Amino acid sequence: MAEEGEKKRVLEMVQADGADEGCVTFVLHDEDHTLGNSVRYMIMKNPDVDFCGYTITHPSETKINFRIQTRGGVAAIEPLRRGLTELSDVCQHVLNTFQARVNEFKERQEKPME
Amino acid sequence: MSATMNNVEEIRNRVILGEFGVKNVHTTDFPGNYPGYDDTWDMSTFQKNFRIDMVHVDESSMEFDMVGIDAAIANAFRRILLAEVPTMAIEKVFIYNNTSIVQDEVLAHRLGLIPIKADPRLFEYRNTGEEMAEEEGSEIDTIQMQLKVKCSRNPRASKESSDPQELYLNHMVYSKDIKWVPIGNQADVFADANIGPVHSDILLAQLRPGQELDIVMHCVKGIGKDHAKFSPVATASYRLLPEITILEPVEGEKAERLKRCFSRGVIDLEDVNGKKN
Repeated sequence: MAEEGEKKRVLEMVQADGADEGCVTFVLHDEDHTLGNSVRYMIMKNPDVDFCGYTITHPSETKINFRIQTRGGVAAIEPLRRGLTELSDVCQHVLNTFQARVNEFKERQEKPME
Repeated sequence: MSATMNNVEEIRNRVILGEFGVKNVHTTDFPGNYPGYDDTWDMSTFQKNFRIDMVHVDESSMEFDMVGIDAAIANAFRRILLAEVPTMAIEKVFIYNNTSIVQDEVLAHRLGLIPIKADPRLFEYRNTGEEMAEEEGSEIDTIQMQLKVKCSRNPRASKESSDPQELYLNHMVYSKDIKWVPIGNQADVFADANIGPVHSDILLAQLRPGQELDIVMHCVKGIGKDHAKFSPVATASYRLLPEITILEPVEGEKAERLKRCFSRGVIDLEDVNGKKN
């Protein structure tokens, strides 16, 4: 899952030998609480997930350790992928609602002037 | 007053301010925590429950309520607003002449913090190359501005006046003196969007006769994570909407005093049996 190319990694997977596919620690580079906490919330809402948490290894480094443990033999990458897409959908919905509300508010401002 | 919620509802939905601390802070409605509740993420339920209410919108500030969203996501929005929304700000300052008493670096620092009215979506990020002074900056990623002010004595001032306003010309350098110098095809592309500082009354330096400033500035696109001058908001904050439950009836004079503690409209008094309550 690491992105090769410029030697700049974005995401790495660390797995203990012998553990099954369900317990994985991901190392996300160039991220902080902004993504960590919101993705953690979305993944916790998934009923297949037993444990989900993130830590910032050191405040001077911009990388987070993200751990997912699933139950029922589900591969850990699956809830991560799902959590990220769901977060993206939530943000899109919030953006649409917000845009609609702002336009509505602006129109209502202009109406009394007419 | 609404009936007191039963315990589980309260734990799920409310953050409680106790006398010595805050209770119930973390979100606990995840699947499996509460028997009988299905807390699995459901996009349609979210879309049904979520709404935004605008409280106040004007040119420079905005307040709105988001209902039905978790604090984790709202906080992510706040963090992104502060640190990752790009803006244009002055980055390189070429000082050709500065004989004022404001030091070069102090003046450059002040110039960097001035908010610039330019849509960052129309510009690109500048490539931070390895060489220090590579291209001067092309028209797609740089805005060039100039500040040229010279202070002189006012020949028409009276002999006895001591008001600097009258004695000197151009002795206060404001941000309105910063002029945009279009490079390349910027003059056509941005003909109607007048690019310049947002506020024209920011005091940059004070001069006396004989002192002058001759400065050329380059503005680039950046994000707040890199330097706070690139943050587009003065501040962005959020808070949870408070709900106050009065535990026992308050009557008479005490009710009046309680009403006066809050801003107008929060508490209303009703007349019951002749006693205000």
